[in-house]
Amino acid sequence: MIPRIYIPADSGALALGAEKVAKAIESELAERGIEAKIVRNGSRGAYFLEPMVEVATANGRVAYGPVKPSDVKSLFDSGFLTGGHHKRWLGAPDKIPFLAKQTRLTFARCGVTDPLSLESYKKHGGLNGLTNALGLTPAAIVAQVTESGLRGRGGAGFPTGIKWKTVLDTVGDRKYIVCNADEGDSGTFADRMIMEGDPFVLIEGMTIAGIATGATKGFVYIRSEYPHAVAVMNKAVEIARKAGVLGASVLGSPYAFDMEIRVGAGAYVCGEETALLDSLEGKRGMVRAKPPLPAHKGLFGKPTVINNVISLASVPVIMDKGAAFYKDFGMGRSRGTIPIQIAGNVKYAGLFEAAFGMTLGEIVDEIGGGTATGRPVKAVQVGGPLGAYFPRTLFDTPFDYEAFAAKDGLIGHAGIVVFDDTADMLKQARFAMEFCAIESCGKCTPCRIGSTRGVETIDKLAAGIEPEKNLALVTDLCNTMKFGSLCALGGFTPYPVMSSITHFPDDFKPAPVRVAAE
Amino acid sequence: MTMQPASTEITSRTAAIIQELKGLEGPLLPILHGIQEEFGHVPHDALQVIAEALNISRAEVHGVVTFYHDYRSHPAGRHVLKLCQAESCQSMGSDAIAAKLQQLLGIGFHETTRDGSVTLEPVYCLGLCACSPAAMLDGEVIGRLDDEKLDEIVAEVRS
Repeated sequence: MIPRIYIPADSGALALGAEKVAKAIESELAERGIEAKIVRNGSRGAYFLEPMVEVATANGRVAYGPVKPSDVKSLFDSGFLTGGHHKRWLGAPDKIPFLAKQTRLTFARCGVTDPLSLESYKKHGGLNGLTNALGLTPAAIVAQVTESGLRGRGGAGFPTGIKWKTVLDTVGDRKYIVCNADEGDSGTFADRMIMEGDPFVLIEGMTIAGIATGATKGFVYIRSEYPHAVAVMNKAVEIARKAGVLGASVLGSPYAFDMEIRVGAGAYVCGEETALLDSLEGKRGMVRAKPPLPAHKGLFGKPTVINNVISLASVPVIMDKGAAFYKDFGMGRSRGTIPIQIAGNVKYAGLFEAAFGMTLGEIVDEIGGGTATGRPVKAVQVGGPLGAYFPRTLFDTPFDYEAFAAKDGLIGHAGIVVFDDTADMLKQARFAMEFCAIESCGKCTPCRIGSTRGVETIDKLAAGIEPEKNLALVTDLCNTMKFGSLCALGGFTPYPVMSSITHFPDDFKPAPVRVAAE
Repeated sequence: MTMQPASTEITSRTAAIIQELKGLEGPLLPILHGIQEEFGHVPHDALQVIAEALNISRAEVHGVVTFYHDYRSHPAGRHVLKLCQAESCQSMGSDAIAAKLQQLLGIGFHETTRDGSVTLEPVYCLGLCACSPAAMLDGEVIGRLDDEKLDEIVAEVRS
C-alpha cells in the first residue's frame, strides 16, 4: 500500500505555513525515493496544532503537529510514515482531547476527507441525506427539517424549516436558494472551514433545500476575503455537475437544481440577507425594508430561501440520520450542535462543535485554556462585531440563544473572541461605533449618522469632557440605534457599546481618574 | 493625444469582458470583478461602456463601484498588503503591528509607497481569527504576525 499523507490546505493552516511543510515533505519523498500520496485535506479545527500532518497507517491515522518545515527530515528519520514516535507526535487525531470532546455532526468530515473527492465524500456518509430526500415529498422534507429544531446559524436563529415552508407555499415561476457565505464577523471562520474542507456538504444541503421548496437555482455569495474558499467551491460545483449531483436531473431524479458561486466585494453589510440579495442583483448592497420577506419576494423578486452556510450544511445529516437524532442534542429551544469558534487571545484557538448548553466559562477556560498571553481574561465578545462583551461574572451563561438574549447578548454566528486584562473597553466600544460608520449602507439615519456621532461622543468621554452628560448621550443614542435602525448593523452595534459601559464602567471614567487608578 | 488610444483600448477590453459575463443573472458585480482583474482597477472610461451594455445609467454603475470597498478607481501598488484590524486581531495586538508596519513602509492605511511597490489596506476579518494577528499579501494568507514575519513581508514587497 502506498503511504497516504494528509496536509491541510485550509486557509488557517496555510497561514501557519502548511504550504512550506507540503513542499518540504514532497522534496524529502523525492530525495528518499519514497512513493506516497499526498492529500490536501481541510482542517480539523485545532489551529494551535496546525499545520497538523496526518499519515494513514495500518492502525488508523496518526497526527503530528504543529509541524515546521525544519521538522520534516527528522519526521522521516523517525519513521512517521508508519506512525513512528517524534516530538511532534500527537497520536490518533480523534483522541486529541480538543477533538475527542466534540460532537461532530456538521463538521464530521471536515479535515478527515479529501475535500474535492466525491468518492471520499460518499464513503463518509455523503449524499445519504440527499438520497433520502429524493424519496420524500417536498412537504415531508420541510417537515423533517422543522422537526429537527434547526435554527438559522447565521445569527438570527430563525427556524430553518419555517423559512422553507414559506417558500414552498409561495407560488412562483422561479425560486432561488441563496447561501449567505459573507462571513464577515470577526472571530468566525466556520463557514470558511466547511467550504474549504467539505464543500460537497454545502452543495448537498442546498440541493435538498431546492427540492424541498421547488427552487431550481442556487447562489453561494462568498466574501472576497476568502479566495481559497471561492476556488474550492468553484471546483466542487464543477465536480458535482459532472457527477450528476447537480444539473437537469439530480442523481437521476426528475428534480433539476444547479448553482453558481458569486464573490462579494468587501462590504460587511452584505452579510445582511436583503443587502446580499441586492448585491447579487448587481446593485449597491442596501438593506431592504421587510415586508416583503425574501421568502415571498427575494432575489429578482422571486420566492427565495436565504440561509447561512452552516444551516444548509447541517441539513444533510438531519436528512440522513433523522430529525429526532439531531434534536436529541442541545437544550431548551436550541437544538442540535453549534460549531463554536474560539478565537482571539486564547491558548487553544479553533473550532469546537458541541451540543448547545455548555457554559461560556467552560468554553473559554476549559476548552480554550484561558488567554494566549497567560494574563487574566477580562472580556469575551460573543457573536462578532455586533455581539456583547461578557465579563467573567457572566461566565455561567449557557450557550443557548435564549440564555444569551436574557443577558443582553447574542450567540450570533457563534464566534468567541477572548481579550486579556490589557483590553481597554472604551476603545472597544469606540471601535464598534467606528466599524458601524465605515460599513453602514447609509439607508437609515440611526445607523448612518448615529454611528458617527457615537464615535465623536465616545471620544469626548475619553477626553474627559462632561463625562456624565456624554455617557447619558451615548446610552440614549444606543437606544435610538437599537430601536430605529432598519437592520442588525445599526440595531446591534449598541450591544458591544452598552455591554462595555455596563460591565466595565471603570474604563469609561474620566482620564485623570483612570490614570490615578493604575 | 496619448489618452485617446488608451481609452479605446479600455473600451474594447471592457466590451470583451461584458460580452463574456452578460448572460449571468445579475451580471454587474462579476463584470466589475472581471474589469478590476484585467486592469488592476476599474477605469473611469469603463463605466459608460458597462452602462450602455446593461441598459442602466452611468450614475448607477458609478454608485455600485463606489459602494464596495474592493473596487479601486486607481491602480494599486505592485503588492497589496491587507492587515486585519478586526476584534480578534485587536485582542492579539494588531494596533501595534499596524503602527510598526506603517513605520517600516513609511505609509498609512489606504496609501501606496512612493516607489509603487506596495499598497497597505486595513481589512475587517480574514477568517483567520484562530491565528491572529493576520494579514494577506497578494492573496496569500499569513497568521500569527510578529516582528520577524513583518520583516519578511517588508523584504518581500521591496524586492
